[in-house]
Amino acid sequence: MTNIIKIAFRNLKRSGRRTLLTAALITIGVIFVLVYSALSSNFKAYMVGEITDSMMGHIQIHKKGYIASVDNLPLDKNLNGKQIDKVLELLDDNPYVENYTFRIKLGAMFSNYVSSTNIRLNAINPDTERITLPLFEKRIMQSEPHLLKQGEVLIPELLAKGMKVKKGDTAVLVVNNQQGSVNGLNLIVSGIVEPISGPGGRDGYFHIEDAKKILRIKDVEVSEIVIRIKDVTKLQEAMKSMQSLKEIRNKKGKPVFEVHPWTKLSPFYNIIKMLNVMDISIKIILISIVLISILNVMIMSVYERIKEIGTIAAMGTPPSTIVKLFLTEGFMLGVFGAAVGSIISFIIIKVIDTIGIHFAFGRQSELILHPSLQMSDIISVSIIVIVIALIASISPAFKAAKPNPVDALRQN
Amino acid sequence: MIETTHVSKVYKMGELDLEVIKDLNLTIGSGEFIAIVGPSGSGKSTVLNILGGLDIPTSGEVIVDTEKITNLNTTQLAHFRGEKIGFIFQSFNLIPVLSVYENIEYPLIMIQSLPPQERKKRVLEVLKEVDMFDQKEKYPDQISGGQKQRVAIARALVTNPKIVFADEPTANLDSKTAHRIIELMHKIKQDYNTTFVFATHDEKIVSSAERLITLVDGQITDDKKVAV
Repeated sequence: MTNIIKIAFRNLKRSGRRTLLTAALITIGVIFVLVYSALSSNFKAYMVGEITDSMMGHIQIHKKGYIASVDNLPLDKNLNGKQIDKVLELLDDNPYVENYTFRIKLGAMFSNYVSSTNIRLNAINPDTERITLPLFEKRIMQSEPHLLKQGEVLIPELLAKGMKVKKGDTAVLVVNNQQGSVNGLNLIVSGIVEPISGPGGRDGYFHIEDAKKILRIKDVEVSEIVIRIKDVTKLQEAMKSMQSLKEIRNKKGKPVFEVHPWTKLSPFYNIIKMLNVMDISIKIILISIVLISILNVMIMSVYERIKEIGTIAAMGTPPSTIVKLFLTEGFMLGVFGAAVGSIISFIIIKVIDTIGIHFAFGRQSELILHPSLQMSDIISVSIIVIVIALIASISPAFKAAKPNPVDALRQN
Repeated sequence: MIETTHVSKVYKMGELDLEVIKDLNLTIGSGEFIAIVGPSGSGKSTVLNILGGLDIPTSGEVIVDTEKITNLNTTQLAHFRGEKIGFIFQSFNLIPVLSVYENIEYPLIMIQSLPPQERKKRVLEVLKEVDMFDQKEKYPDQISGGQKQRVAIARALVTNPKIVFADEPTANLDSKTAHRIIELMHKIKQDYNTTFVFATHDEKIVSSAERLITLVDGQITDDKKVAV
């Protein structure tokens, strides 16, 4: 086999320029795929991290039917104390769950004493919110060292700009509670919240105890339970561990709870799916590049060397050895392209990582990508390239081994 | 050594069947130095190819060194050629990417799989035999036509074949070089009792052959021993 490799290498070297061009084409394809994969996976991870760690958490539990009518922020679909206890029984012993937090979601009228507008609000417990959504605080501009205290409100950036409200201003929230009575509460604006893509991305926040006051809630009541899991890659397993909640029925025999992973709640997940499809498309383009270029170079090589093939066949080289020779040439082209492509990609990605790519997504600006090359990507792309290089060499290799030596020797 | 019985070869030329070899019956003994002569298109090269297991006859049988080669498949034929036959071509057919040494070494590596020490010994021996020892590092495009044919002879001989088939081996050589090549092959025949079968028009080979087979339209019209 060493000798076949040696001769295959020399055959490739003989048509140096053509070999170099083919290998360069494969190399460029590999670089394109690896750099794109690194950027897109970093973008996905970054955006998913932003969404789950600053707003949505990984899993949310609601009363059945809440999500269907979430646009109305219904107060009659809140979970009551008994139902919350049922959920906590499961969460407190669940090995996948790291933290959780309660929220009451409501619509209100926000007034700065000059004008008023509608606002969507999340009433939160700042202590549990902070540990469940570690990036939440980063979204708050001009904030105090504490996240939120009773008597304070965090308002979305758009509303602050539109109503010319700034930190330290006093505002009034007017709310209709479940029984229909209208209640008001004076609050101090303690910070402005940066918007983020997805539902709830432009909501304001205030303390859950203030919400209970304004809504006249005497018992425990929450709209949603937001859960942070220990390992994001085990989202499916965590969801399965909460399956029993979905099976709990009320007296009418209908389900009480609904449990959703972030992937079902955020429209960004569809963007991720689209990016994954693009990943596959780009890999298919790479496969086509490798297949066509190697097929082309190999077929040319067979036609050019037909007399030489006839000579080695006449000397007694078995057809299987001739097949091996051409397969080795294709294999070497693939290995060379994959190796050089991976090394150059590694360097390019290191440079990008050092510089960082600044970009804006939706209303979010100054996002910075720091891509990194995953070993699994290098291995999978290299395997694809090498296997396709071998597949592309099969037909020319058999074409080379097929002719009768006499016919091959007759060629000029 | 070689025995053919009722061998014929028919080529399909569109609708037509072209019979280039007709009922060839031939016996060749060990250590013979034979020239097959005849006009162009008489079937000389085809006979050579059939005897050397490069081509398969349409009918009849060919026995070489007790082996009925007409029954062998492609791979078996390749092994047969690698073990017992050497070929020398008119246009030398050296592998351009290999040096003189490596061209000669090639059949020992790819076909006979000899260990490196044995390979080296054999290659150096034949290089000296064909007087190309000093040129062993050169590549085919760096040596003359006569030297290329010497390398081709060395490559054909390095496997210690029992029979060497040479198709117009001197056609691309000048007269002086051709004489030296013929002398070289004679010497090898003397030293190793190798059988040489030539397909040729070259008077120099014809005059040095010990047996002359004349082929006309695919049939032997004359087969005679010649005193050298």
